[in-house]
Amino acid sequence: MIWNEKYECMSRDELAHVQSKRLTEMIERIYFNVPFYRKRLQEIDFQPTDVVDVESLRQLPFTTKVDLRDNYPFGLFAVPQSQVVRLHASSGTTGKSTVVGYTHRDIQMWSEVVARSLTMAGIGREDIIQVAYGYGLFTGGLGLHYGAEKVGAAVVPISGGNTQKQLQLMVDFKSTVIACTPSYAAFLGEAIVKENIPRENIHLRAGIFGAEPWTEEMRAQVESLLGLQAFDIYGLSEVIGPGVSMECVCKNGMHIFEDHFIPEVINPDTCEVLPYGELGELVFTTVTKEAMPLIRYRTRDLTRLHVEKCDCGRTHVRMEKCLGRSDDMLIIRGVNVFPSQVESVLLEMRETTPHYQLIVNRENNLDTLEIQVEVDEQFFSDEMKDLENLKRKIQSNINSTLNLNARIKLVEPNTIERSMGKAQRVIDRRKK
Amino acid sequence: MIIKQLSVFMENKSGRLTEITRLIGEANINISAFSIADSSDYGILRMIVTEPDKAVAVLRDNGFSVSITEVICLIVPHTPGGLFRALKILSDNNVSIDYMYAFAMETEATVVIRTGAPQQAIDVLQRHEMQLVSASQIYRL
Repeated sequence: MIWNEKYECMSRDELAHVQSKRLTEMIERIYFNVPFYRKRLQEIDFQPTDVVDVESLRQLPFTTKVDLRDNYPFGLFAVPQSQVVRLHASSGTTGKSTVVGYTHRDIQMWSEVVARSLTMAGIGREDIIQVAYGYGLFTGGLGLHYGAEKVGAAVVPISGGNTQKQLQLMVDFKSTVIACTPSYAAFLGEAIVKENIPRENIHLRAGIFGAEPWTEEMRAQVESLLGLQAFDIYGLSEVIGPGVSMECVCKNGMHIFEDHFIPEVINPDTCEVLPYGELGELVFTTVTKEAMPLIRYRTRDLTRLHVEKCDCGRTHVRMEKCLGRSDDMLIIRGVNVFPSQVESVLLEMRETTPHYQLIVNRENNLDTLEIQVEVDEQFFSDEMKDLENLKRKIQSNINSTLNLNARIKLVEPNTIERSMGKAQRVIDRRKK
Repeated sequence: MIIKQLSVFMENKSGRLTEITRLIGEANINISAFSIADSSDYGILRMIVTEPDKAVAVLRDNGFSVSITEVICLIVPHTPGGLFRALKILSDNNVSIDYMYAFAMETEATVVIRTGAPQQAIDVLQRHEMQLVSASQIYRL
């Protein structure tokens, strides 16, 4: 099922035409309404009347998270404050939070892209969707909420956490869809087993999981725990929130809604634009956003784009699962490490739960990596040699994947803190 | 003659053993014998208790990884050469021992033995008139 066939399936030529038109209008608006961008554009002698297409977009400057912080809170808004109807803000763990604003039309556009996303997963009027993303300043909860209402599903706005209530409503309401982070989905799956809730009392058939990087192995695990089909949704609040891209039933990557967000992949060091299929940093230009349009926003997410038409009929490019946000990337003894790589190794072994944590430290000027893995009963052995073998096996698999020696520490079940939202996989104790 | 031994995964940090023994004690379960196998950051606590199934449930409910292993409990005279005679019977009959631990009381010692072939061990030991502790004796100890 396709929500908006006209735009989602239009030919690449038609799409380029739509993009250029919208891009030109957006740049003109931004030039006259945002002093920050006017200055940036004047520096490259850009004329507000210049027509901009996807090719010439490459001449324009990038926007970074630092620019957003420097213009905190409303410096990048392109509309008078009276037209802003919603404000969201990032958690701001590393400094001031990042603020994003929406006009009424922005909210409609956001609902549209989330509606397209949910339709990709076959979700419609008959569904009861439990939105277990956090409601509030985080865009996850409300983003999914509006899109789900738009497709006519019944929304259960339960927000994150409160696992007992989640399970109770899931059973009583016969919820068919759950939307949350993949780590919380795994947690809910375990809770169902622990509470001995009979499988036939769970009616979930689709899961909309996003807001943190996850792996194919994690997909298999969550699908089997919850008995549903897991779909990957991608987004970031700076661009709109969830619904920037979404996986269709072909599970061939996530379709980026290119009539609203123009993607590019660049070499993060040289900023050179890379051809389709090459790994690099994902960059977005928002062409329809009114309140806070961004030119070439660097997401710090690393991925590849594929342009070949998908079997589902959609023509929009597909992005691979992000290898990780470059912020999440750890550099340990000069080696680039993504927590997702560790997760893949652990889950491939099928002996460990997805509960793990990386502890990075510096001892005698040398970086150390400790991977704590919970010892689940399914592989707990009464014999020391079996546990030692397990440790060695994890260590050697990590070593061959990451090319890095890690210390493996087996810990008791439930000792790694569970997260109701984004899982905290890394504790970096090195002095910055 | 096969005895259920409880094995618990335990991190090497202070208070874990205290916590386990507290839970077992509060459930009114008596520990007859135990040993700890340890590595640098974790250990395996192995116990013979009066009510193994109840103990498993209590520990599991409190988030511990627990398993039940079948062992045998052999009674040997608390005299020089007592253990040797028992072990020789097993090795002569090709029964290998994974691990064992013992506790001695007055005139007798009890040895808990984990082997891959518990029934075979029982047969050969009984054939040689060695004394074994029965499950019912242990659970009432």
